[in-house]
Amino acid sequence: MIEARGLVKYYRSMLAVDHLSFDVRPGTVTGFLGPNGAGKSTTMRMIMGLDRPDAGQARIGGKSYGDLRWPLREVGALLDAKAFHPGRTARAHLTALAASNAIGRQRVEEVLASTGIEKAADRRAGTFSLGMSQRLGIAAALLGDPGVLLLDEPVNGLDPEGIRWIRTLLRSLAAQGRTVLVSSHLISEMAHTADALVVIGQGRLLAQTTVAQLSARGTSLEGAFFQLTEGATDYSGRL
Amino acid sequence: MNTATLGYQAAGRTRGRYGFRTVARMEWQKLRTVRSTWSIVAVFAAAMISLAVLALGHENYAQLSAAGRASFDPASNAFLGLVPSQLLLGVLGVLAITTEFSSGAIRATFAAAPRRRLVLAAKAAVLGAVTLAAGEISAFAAFSAGQAALKAPAPHATLGQPGALRAVVLAGAYPALIALIGLGIGAIIRHTAGAICALVGLVFLLPLLFAPLSPSIQNTAQKFLPDLMRNSLTAVRPVAHMLSPWPTFGLLCAYALVALAAGAWTLDRRDA
Repeated sequence: MIEARGLVKYYRSMLAVDHLSFDVRPGTVTGFLGPNGAGKSTTMRMIMGLDRPDAGQARIGGKSYGDLRWPLREVGALLDAKAFHPGRTARAHLTALAASNAIGRQRVEEVLASTGIEKAADRRAGTFSLGMSQRLGIAAALLGDPGVLLLDEPVNGLDPEGIRWIRTLLRSLAAQGRTVLVSSHLISEMAHTADALVVIGQGRLLAQTTVAQLSARGTSLEGAFFQLTEGATDYSGRL
Repeated sequence: MNTATLGYQAAGRTRGRYGFRTVARMEWQKLRTVRSTWSIVAVFAAAMISLAVLALGHENYAQLSAAGRASFDPASNAFLGLVPSQLLLGVLGVLAITTEFSSGAIRATFAAAPRRRLVLAAKAAVLGAVTLAAGEISAFAAFSAGQAALKAPAPHATLGQPGALRAVVLAGAYPALIALIGLGIGAIIRHTAGAICALVGLVFLLPLLFAPLSPSIQNTAQKFLPDLMRNSLTAVRPVAHMLSPWPTFGLLCAYALVALAAGAWTLDRRDA
């Protein structure tokens, strides 16, 4: 269970997140949708305690992130695919993270295998393609076998097989009763993966809904999404 | 954590809490598994030993004036290598944190261990232990190699002489303190290039600023400027216008603590 309550974040004078409240429930995949610059990543960083909200708070299982006893065993996150030292091997990166939360080495081998990067485990992570980096990031998120997962654009850079793999993975994690929040700017991708949806634009909540409800609103899911985010998009090209 | 709040029963251990010990283990893993750590340490040790041999092997004691002979300090001269190589361990300290900011790995670190002051303390402990070991081994090696290279009739230093052992031990500890100051500066500035510039400024440029000033100001300043304080630590013959070795060492420890405290304060307040 993730609860966001009245989150506000300014970058200098720019309002990035504007009194944002929503819930993410266990047992389903929740899609976190919004156009580029809507504040999805900022919100995820605030949930993780990495960015300090200017107002409001985020709680995970009733606790703020900083009060978690074994953070990696409770929350797994993929925020930035390249969040590793380029000179360190994938195995060394995961082993170091595992040590911080007293997670055994056996588990490192398990997540390397389950994300399909065991053959590249002793390569310097800086040589990884974006898709391989995503897999390493997902391996890090799964390391502590956490009950809550936050993934920021996990399909970026994955090949079609990888995209299908992550869809199945996220659904099965949710089916085990875990809380899964996945951000994306692609409504079509979310239609394949998520059940619940949190839609934001310009830092504000536009809808807390489900894929089924949203598709019932318009001619197509995509049409309904554009209707919803109309007027709440910062960056749009012209045709 | 219980099933009611998360809807999922974690299989793993839920008792206890992550803390200094587990985070220090992570930091040791991180420091140990990048190549630059060991190449920097290797170059540091090589510079310490080779410059000791160079300095004492070419010492022309027979040609020295009486005053030169009176002030000749074969122990202190063995640590010529500290002048350039203090910067190597300083840079190691800077890199220990700035590479995490430049790569984004700091977010993975703080997600694993959200108490940032604890993370910095664990980093400092691991970095301090590695650089202290490298410093002491290199200092003892430089001392022996330097004395072996020194030719008669110059007087040789031995560890049994009063003050000699202290000079070697503090010569080894000094670059570890520079590394911790580098870590503190890195935590404040976050960018590798900027933090290294600040470190070079503190160690090498600050003393130059005092050069044009009156001797009385210079004599006071050199008691408090890191690179000049080094002379007090490694001297067996007392040096004029210097605090004695242990107070100088205490003051350098205080500098490192201040740098780390400022780094911790910045980490706590700024977004990662």
